[in-house]
Amino acid sequence: MTSDKKTLFQKIWDAHVVTSIEEGPDVLYIDKHLIHEVTSPQAFAGLEKRGIGVFRPQNVLATADHNVPTKDQHLPIAEPLSRFQVDKLTENCKKFGIELYGLGHPFQGIVHVIGPELGVTLPGMTIVCGDSHTSTHGAFGTIAFGIGTSEVEQVMATQCLMQSKPKTMRINIEGELANGVLSKDIILYIISKISMGGATGYFVEYAGSAIRSLSMEARMTICNMSIEMGARGGLIAPDDITFDYIKGREFAPKGEKFEEAVAYWRTLFTDEGATFDVEYTYDAADITPMITYGTNPGMGIKITEHIPTVADLKEESGKASFEKSLAYMGFNAGDTLIDKPVNYVFIGSCTNSRIEDLRLVADFVKGKHKAPNVNAMIVPGSKQVENQAKAEGLDVILKEAGFELREPGCSACLGMNEDKVPKGEYCVSTSNRNFEGRQGPGARTMLVSPLTAAATAITGKITDVRELLNA
Amino acid sequence: MEKFVKITSTAVPLPIEDIDTDQIIPARFLKATTRDGFGDNLFRDWRYDNQNNPKSDFILNNPNFSGQVLVAGKNFGCGSSREHAAWAIADYGFKVVISSFFADIFKGNALNNGLLPVQVTESFLATVFEHIFADKNTQLEVDLEAQTVTIAGTGISEKFDINQYKKTCLINGYDDIDYLLNLREKIEAYEKTSKYLNLVSQDQEVEA
Repeated sequence: MTSDKKTLFQKIWDAHVVTSIEEGPDVLYIDKHLIHEVTSPQAFAGLEKRGIGVFRPQNVLATADHNVPTKDQHLPIAEPLSRFQVDKLTENCKKFGIELYGLGHPFQGIVHVIGPELGVTLPGMTIVCGDSHTSTHGAFGTIAFGIGTSEVEQVMATQCLMQSKPKTMRINIEGELANGVLSKDIILYIISKISMGGATGYFVEYAGSAIRSLSMEARMTICNMSIEMGARGGLIAPDDITFDYIKGREFAPKGEKFEEAVAYWRTLFTDEGATFDVEYTYDAADITPMITYGTNPGMGIKITEHIPTVADLKEESGKASFEKSLAYMGFNAGDTLIDKPVNYVFIGSCTNSRIEDLRLVADFVKGKHKAPNVNAMIVPGSKQVENQAKAEGLDVILKEAGFELREPGCSACLGMNEDKVPKGEYCVSTSNRNFEGRQGPGARTMLVSPLTAAATAITGKITDVRELLNA
Repeated sequence: MEKFVKITSTAVPLPIEDIDTDQIIPARFLKATTRDGFGDNLFRDWRYDNQNNPKSDFILNNPNFSGQVLVAGKNFGCGSSREHAAWAIADYGFKVVISSFFADIFKGNALNNGLLPVQVTESFLATVFEHIFADKNTQLEVDLEAQTVTIAGTGISEKFDINQYKKTCLINGYDDIDYLLNLREKIEAYEKTSKYLNLVSQDQEVEA
């Protein structure tokens, strides 16, 4: 092994090490710190207790997303605790000199949607946020990961973070994706292979011809769910698709600075001969529309497959958890999910709420109507996505198809606001977690792509979208 | 941060794998703006039914089991980065979580709050569960200095790993911010060499 060959991850990491602690972590400089209302108040309180300010307020950007209503955002938030928390963010940002895109601001939205669409997220950066889906930004060739509130305070105080260097993993997807298969299916497929904890301790690079062919939105969906297999983060080497996406965005470098930036960004790739601690390769042709049947994102199958049985489990110790999970979902081992009636469909979250997702759904449902049993909600990822959808007339198409287009926020992905799935109900969802109670106490979540969600809304039962596409 | 050196305590067994932070503290309880009181809602939906009555089959409602050590199945604390999970466990009264595997972010959050995550082998974890279920008064000794966890009175013991920097922090009650605040000069020197800060510098001048 030659040490001068570096992975993409190593290049970015090494460029951000301020100093290393002997037998301890590295001190990593953080280029951009994104914050939101839920995981920041205790950090601000911590700074006040220490009597210190935010070290580099211009490197911090705030939005309100987790705990906001997705209806009537022009009115004061009705729920008192939510209103208090959002007001607290506004107050803290003012006090500490931090830019806030709060409710009503044209740039407001889910933190992992607005960073990229505003050109804040750029290749080669380090980005952190008190949210595990910060890995989304890795789609730009960025080291981005979620942190806890003590670490939020640490970054506010010093713009640095103590971090032990993770191990590296590369996942290659080679070949062409079939019609009806989206990047969401790729990542659900990967997690079903690697398992929910299989990448814990690793930073993942996604590579291969199938990944290279994806749009930035589709790449973000993949990097977004890296945490669902335990990975610290996931990233993809930037290329012309990345640079074209960034060019001209609000806060992206302009003119000569942009050219200078692109010249640097072109050096951000894994050197030939660099080694990873672990490497996996999968064939894109083996990937079909996917769906989860259990209560963690690793419990996924091809939509036409049957739920596994205890005999299929790799480890005996997982038996009790597997049975608990199926009991919660109301499924039996060996069942097929196709044609199972579903009353709730949620299209949104930092995984799948970008303009491309809305376009795909609108294009598919145009001229169709949702089944009468279905409650179909679409929550755009940001005010910009919402406005773009309206400018393109997608809102009209969605409305005619019986879908309700809401205002931006995290919404039913985690059920912090009013958008919850009732106890015992199934929800086919484009979000990222199917944990017990995630979408509301007793709610039963099945994770899918936006196309599978749209197809299920139309038929009112779990549907293999390829059958409708080919019809 | 409170110091951690050594404890001897009975334990609460929770032999479920992949316990995610949404189970430890559901999102609807994350509206608080202080760190206090999360223990009341620890494992809320496993612990109480929808009428807020305690579920008798959940271990925290079983009067036979109590103590400062939580023993859980592998991949504990996966999912969301919410530090509220570590706060809830600590606020409830636990000082140690023993499992055969921890999710990264949870582990970091726990260490930042003086809650010690102790990673043991699968077989040792199985032995610990057996002893606790056989005798609810089983005492576990967790010694951070020696990096050992021992089933008291049996001689059954295992050594555990911990980052030496984090160990020093826990034993002395230091936190990372105390350390980083002393690095200001190095951080400012780094900023002068940063490619990113150079790339966006123009924009920032315009904004200012």
